[in-house]
Amino acid sequence: MREITYADAVREALSEAMRENEEVFMLGEDIGVYGGAFGVSRGMVEEFGEERIRSTPISESAIAGTAVGAAMTGMRPIFELQFSDFITIALDQIVNQAAKIRYMYGGKAKIPLVMRTPGGSGTGAAAQHSQSLENWTAHIPGLKVIQPATAYDAKGLLHAAIIDDNPVMFYEHKLCYRTTSDVPEGKYVIPIGVADIKKVGTDITVIATGIMVHKALEAAEVLSKEDINIEVVDPRTLVPLDKETIIQSVIKTGKAVIVTEAVKRSGFSAELASVIVENESFDFLDAPLVRLAGAEIPMPYHPELEKKAVPQVENIVEACRNLMSHN
Amino acid sequence: MTISIPNSAGLTDEDLKNIYRVMWEIRFFDEKVDQLFAQGLIHGTTHLAVGQEATAAGSGAVLRKTDWITATHRGHGQTIAKGTDVNAMMAELFGRTTGTNKGKGGSMHIADLDTGNLGANGIVGGGFPIAVGAGLTAKMKGWNRVALAYAGDGSTNEGSFHEAVNLAAIWDLPVIFFIENNQYGMSGSVKKMTRVKQLSDRAQAYGIEGVTIDGNDLMSVIETTHQAVEKARRGEGPTLIEALTYRWKGHSKSDAKKYRTKEEEENWRKEKDPIRRAKDRFIAAGVFTEEEADEIRKKAKQAIEDAVKFGEKSPVVAVETMYEDVYAE
Ligand SMILES: Cc1ncc(C[n+]2csc(CCOP(=O)(O)OP(=O)(O)O)c2C)c(N)n1
Repeated sequence: MREITYADAVREALSEAMRENEEVFMLGEDIGVYGGAFGVSRGMVEEFGEERIRSTPISESAIAGTAVGAAMTGMRPIFELQFSDFITIALDQIVNQAAKIRYMYGGKAKIPLVMRTPGGSGTGAAAQHSQSLENWTAHIPGLKVIQPATAYDAKGLLHAAIIDDNPVMFYEHKLCYRTTSDVPEGKYVIPIGVADIKKVGTDITVIATGIMVHKALEAAEVLSKEDINIEVVDPRTLVPLDKETIIQSVIKTGKAVIVTEAVKRSGFSAELASVIVENESFDFLDAPLVRLAGAEIPMPYHPELEKKAVPQVENIVEACRNLMSHN
Repeated sequence: MTISIPNSAGLTDEDLKNIYRVMWEIRFFDEKVDQLFAQGLIHGTTHLAVGQEATAAGSGAVLRKTDWITATHRGHGQTIAKGTDVNAMMAELFGRTTGTNKGKGGSMHIADLDTGNLGANGIVGGGFPIAVGAGLTAKMKGWNRVALAYAGDGSTNEGSFHEAVNLAAIWDLPVIFFIENNQYGMSGSVKKMTRVKQLSDRAQAYGIEGVTIDGNDLMSVIETTHQAVEKARRGEGPTLIEALTYRWKGHSKSDAKKYRTKEEEENWRKEKDPIRRAKDRFIAAGVFTEEEADEIRKKAKQAIEDAVKFGEKSPVVAVETMYEDVYAE
């Protein structure tokens, strides 16, 4: 198989879906000749034209709302928010319209749209361009929320999102764009709501989301040299969440570390923790579970501070070492 | 106190020389930032205003220290013109404790409340309502102050623009909406992103005055802004100013500029350089001689070199400060 980047994998899914179905189109700021801020849609306007790769004015609320209207009336829009931070501006259309219309209308409408957006820190862009706000939409009934970590997952899950008849929030991570993995050519669909065990292990279950999956895997390498064998579980989709995989893994290992980039307080890490303690896995815990997550501060500009503000490989390693001493 | 170029703002030759220096400081600052980035000495992201010096320098010059501005993501020039210390600005980009934001804001968020700079903004259109709020404060407290919101052409397509202008209009607030129309919002040309011929036409929708000017003509920027500011001070409400200009560089670091042509760029650089135009005008009017102009330019260059040294020498931000300032004590 070929190895391609995450950005290329996303582009492939978008292009394949657009070739397959005329109803699929894209809208967003600078997605045409510019190819989007991260080059994800580079070259697509040449193939599909400006009618289907619609570069919009800087108008997040109108972009999201237009997607809702188009979705309700027979199209399958994919809109890009240039940075996930700008969801603040689009949120009324997403939360008050997209998420609830079907329910309020007694199931008579469907809203098949996808919002794609890069989130996360690591580029020195400071507090207004570095947030991990995926939990905001995970809180809202009526939305599905996906957070793929690898190129393979990104492509398969994006295909799933595009054919889904619900509004799907698709959070990419800026630092994931250049990571690579084996990705099949052609369309394949990874079902929404199925977690993936990225590394099988026996001692500790590390549940990581988004970019933290990569950090957990690096930590696993370090720990393996110390004979600590961690299992890395990637939920991949936050809504719906594959609780069963998480529960079974914790039952097997008896220990859990949860790692997210998003701020700890009221973050998705709390949701993951509650899944473990509210279920039979609780009885199998032989140490308190550990949550590693973003510091409760707006993202600082300074690079050292920025690094310290989110979990790093060494934090995961240390947390796992400490947990092992609980035996 | 000679006044070689009569102007309603009453600016003397000394004032104009100062403004000329500010223009060069803006240019040298942003060119230096460009270099430092390329060398990997500063990180993050930055947006340069090379080629747009007249809009910032001219409008900033007619504001008082007590007036407010909201700056944009392309805000270094606006900030320098409002009087922020270039040392502190450079230190901020280096992430030092002496920076305007103690190393926590970076290029897109430089703020300096002491000089009335309510902050640059990483959110396009984010500054409009904030300026309206400042104007409201002035009105409610009976202060003779105005707020000027800088913004790019692209930002006028945000809902925040329309809501803010309308609010300022119905409440007669002392706010100036100053649009630096540099023809592009990232890759979106203003011609493709709006149907109005001039962005100032949008003022009509809110019942306020709108004017379009040559933003690379310093004296025109000074005159127009001064009129709008005085009107606002008299309690006669907001004005929308559209100043036509051009950014010589790309949108930010990585920009292939496929959305515009080399000829267009060359034309603006060669024919419409705002600094050259100001210089020619000043020399012709007798504000200064060629030699004096050169002296001023050198001084500006030196100020920026010094700022770099100041930034580099300043103490690095301590990691422990990361939790400071999340909440007021
Ligand atoms: C709300 C929001 N949407 C999108 C962006 C990304 N972005 C940053 S600058 C920019 C272009 C702004 O254009 P304009 O207002 O014309 O200002 P200019 O860059 O030309 O000075 C865009 C789209 C952003 N920072 N904030």
